[in-house]
Amino acid sequence: MEIFAQTLVSGLLIGFVYALIAVGLTMIFGVMDIVNFAHGEYLMLAMYLAYWGFALLGIDPLYSLPGVTLALFGLGILTYYLLIRKIIDAPMLSQIFVTFGILIFLRGFAQFLWKADYRAIPHSLLSGNLQVAGVYIGLPQIVAAVGAVVCNGLIFLFMKKTRLGTALEAVAEDKEAARLMGINSDRMFALAWGIGIGSVGVAGALLSSFYYTFPEVGGNFCLIAFVVVALGGFGSVVGAFIAGVIVGLVEVMSGYLLAPSIKFVVVLFLYLAVVLVRPQGLFGKA
Amino acid sequence: MKKGVSLFLLFVALLIVFPLFFRNPFPRHLLIMIMMYAVMSIGWNIIGGYAGQVSFGNAVFFGAGAYTSAVLLTKLGLSPWIGMAGGCVASVALAVIVGYPCFRLKGHYFAIATIAVGEIMAGLFMCWDFVGAAVGIYLPILPQSFRNMEFHATKLPYYYIMLVMLLFAIGVAFWVERSRLGYYLRAIKDDPDGARSVGINIRKYKLYAFCLSAVLTAVCGTFYAQYVLYIDPPSTFGLTISIDLCIISLIGGLGKLFGPVIGSFVFIPLIELTRVYLGSEGQGIDLMLYSALMIVVAILRPQGLYGLFVRGSR
Repeated sequence: MEIFAQTLVSGLLIGFVYALIAVGLTMIFGVMDIVNFAHGEYLMLAMYLAYWGFALLGIDPLYSLPGVTLALFGLGILTYYLLIRKIIDAPMLSQIFVTFGILIFLRGFAQFLWKADYRAIPHSLLSGNLQVAGVYIGLPQIVAAVGAVVCNGLIFLFMKKTRLGTALEAVAEDKEAARLMGINSDRMFALAWGIGIGSVGVAGALLSSFYYTFPEVGGNFCLIAFVVVALGGFGSVVGAFIAGVIVGLVEVMSGYLLAPSIKFVVVLFLYLAVVLVRPQGLFGKA
Repeated sequence: MKKGVSLFLLFVALLIVFPLFFRNPFPRHLLIMIMMYAVMSIGWNIIGGYAGQVSFGNAVFFGAGAYTSAVLLTKLGLSPWIGMAGGCVASVALAVIVGYPCFRLKGHYFAIATIAVGEIMAGLFMCWDFVGAAVGIYLPILPQSFRNMEFHATKLPYYYIMLVMLLFAIGVAFWVERSRLGYYLRAIKDDPDGARSVGINIRKYKLYAFCLSAVLTAVCGTFYAQYVLYIDPPSTFGLTISIDLCIISLIGGLGKLFGPVIGSFVFIPLIELTRVYLGSEGQGIDLMLYSALMIVVAILRPQGLYGLFVRGSR
């Protein structure tokens, strides 16, 4: 029973982080109809930034988080202006190939510079466990989950309560109409990339204190983010949040009930089941 | 057109005499790999280029071909040629099972679904003990003969088997391009709603294309198993294989008959040579090189390098 509760809690906690990664993906997709296949690779870069901040400068990931987020925000905007802007109206094939190309490029970049070693931050500010009612929870995991929830909440508030967020949503709804209302869609696209990649920066810094950092770390997270976004509905921020928790629970529970090696297969089956039975996801528009 | 035919015949003649001038194993190996990837990319091009359905999961057919023949050989002692036929049957079955539901999905959804299918297959084979799980399968060293599809003294027979496969694949693609199927596929790619409104059964023709794609990839799977004599899930079901096929077709020219062949002749030497010359120090540079090529081609020259090599023809 205690193992069950333990598994449930850890699934819930990692689910919040999945949600944060997926929110960035769903925002870019919702605003400009482009799937960022390189999403997990930006997460990998964020984790390396946090890792090197600790290894070289001795800055704890918790303190470097704002810096990492800002750097990734800038990288997202840079990516938009350098590459994505040129393929907004290109055929879908070109769009897929360009973001997929970014994925391979960043992975190669990390392999070349930092080799294939697994790196971990040994004694971060947050280490140790909390014991609640017989369930042990790692402190970094709790902080990551709380940070992810706060960041998700901020993005949600930004989208709903600020003029800029409303403008972003207007562009997502109808590019042409938004342009007639005097909204510069080009800048909105850049902003979507900034926020989308920036939120991955938050997730990367939070993950780096309890997860191994290596060049291929983005792969699984990216696939999970696709599953979350499909389940929640492409473009839906709230959907991504709820779906993230569901996917976290499914992954951990199938690892517990079946076998750890097969848990990822179960999550991918979940993707296929969702897109085939309910292509718009739980909260997407039909 | 006449010029195109003579150019093609010259190309075939060069491939036939190539091993007579290059006797070292490495150039022969390089050409075998180029031709093998060309065959698989021609297969990918039928579904991805002509029909416009981006599949990031074609490696599952490669794996199906490799594992079917390897299992039939190690468990039942059947000749790899029979295994190759079995691999084709298995991969067509797989193409129908995967394609039938997934061809309802559009664009990105389909592409992501094929990644999911590929990773699911790799994951399942990693824990399936009957096929060796993560350890994979070592194929038995048999006396060298055509029946056993094993040749130890020289790579020459492998080379010519692959050359025949390449000519067969080009023949299939040529037929697809000229046939009604080819016109339907292009119609589906350019305007799916229009194609449906004139009565084309979209899903049926996508499935035909996917099955052809599967067969061309599966025969290479069997060949690879017999050539390397060792297979495991990452080397046969790996996502990188699927991605390589897309890149080769893109670089060469999507939906063009010789696009994948040109792409393979550019791409495979690029990665093989960077691996040889840069070694482990340069790990990652090959990825950066070809991904940069991929991005540049996708942005600046979506029609591929095709026009640079074959001027004036179709």
